[in-house]
Amino acid sequence: MAETAASGPGMPQLDVTTFSNQIFWLVVTMVVLYYVMSRVALPRIAAVLADRRGTITSDIAAAEEYKLKAQQAEEAYHKALADARAEANRIVEAAKLDIQAQLDVQLAKADAEIAAKANESERRIREIRDSAMEMVSEVSKDVTKDILESFGGKADARSVNAAVAARIKAGAAS
Amino acid sequence: MASENGGLVIKPMDQFQVKALFGGDISWYTPTNVTLWMALTVLAATALMVYGARGRALVPSRAQSAAEMTYGFIYKMVEDVAGRDAVRFFPYIFTLFMFVLFANLLGLIPFAFTTTSHIAVTAVLAFTVFFSVTALGFILHGTKFLKLFWVSSAPLPLRPVLALIEVISYFVRPVSHSIRLAGAMMAGHAVAKVFAGFAAALGAAFFLPILAVTALYALELLVAVIQAYVFTILTCVYLKDALHPAH
Repeated sequence: MAETAASGPGMPQLDVTTFSNQIFWLVVTMVVLYYVMSRVALPRIAAVLADRRGTITSDIAAAEEYKLKAQQAEEAYHKALADARAEANRIVEAAKLDIQAQLDVQLAKADAEIAAKANESERRIREIRDSAMEMVSEVSKDVTKDILESFGGKADARSVNAAVAARIKAGAAS
Repeated sequence: MASENGGLVIKPMDQFQVKALFGGDISWYTPTNVTLWMALTVLAATALMVYGARGRALVPSRAQSAAEMTYGFIYKMVEDVAGRDAVRFFPYIFTLFMFVLFANLLGLIPFAFTTTSHIAVTAVLAFTVFFSVTALGFILHGTKFLKLFWVSSAPLPLRPVLALIEVISYFVRPVSHSIRLAGAMMAGHAVAKVFAGFAAALGAAFFLPILAVTALYALELLVAVIQAYVFTILTCVYLKDALHPAH
């Protein structure tokens, strides 16, 4: 603690003998620092900042351009979609008409076939019925003659035939 | 203080002593602790602004980001306070800021020497600003620079009085400019030293002054940055007066 005697009771800040030393070194320091800052540090940082600003500006412009392109692509896509939809509708409509026409033709053909078949069937049914009628009168006449003969009567073929035919006619009419 | 029996000896001002690094007397060119800590200040500022920003990256590293933010902060301050045409003085103002900031911050390292706590240093800085700004005002505006002291918006009878006040306040500027910085630095460091001395003397209750020193250190960190900011912004204000003297 002996060396503190040199400092005395006052403030070292007011020790005028050190002023020239401090001022000299301060001037040296400021000159060096100013040189380093103004020649090296500040231009470099300014360049970096300008560079970044330029990059950001051009990036934003590019992004704007891409956005425009994307919008155009979207519009084209929507247009293509609408076109395709219209085309599909048109094709569906055409197919429907085509199918309807074919269906009509087939229906007419089927109707005609069905009508022909029905006529044919009707004709055959009539034939069968006619022949059946004939056979009924035939069988009736024979049976009638046989019955008359078995009763011992002499069957007059013509009168029996006429009577049976009249009865059958009456039966068919009733 | 019981210094005579060796109990409590606190010498808060010893930390401000200028000492020759290699012994001997101090003449104007002797390398002293002033030299050492100013050199470290230059190195620290260079480390941040040159080494830190060496990548020149589009996406900056942390150090580069800090350097760019410092640059942007001071640039904007000069532009906002002193006007667009003050930007040509930006390198000098930036140098001032870096010197004061790093001198203040390095001074907070224990056992460091705070160059900005010396009135000789801050006065040279302040008077350099004062004289150059005044000279600039006369060079740019001639005698119209004196309108700075003539408050044309005030009533005519008041103007001479105001002019007197303005002139006095103008010449007080460098004094307040320098003493504010040196005083803030010196006071904080001296108080820290006093509390540290208490910690050694109090024995069992040593933690109380240590807590106080810790809190004070945080405050001093704030003061170191704020004083650098204040010194720089006042420089900008004075520069604005020289560039645009009309009220």
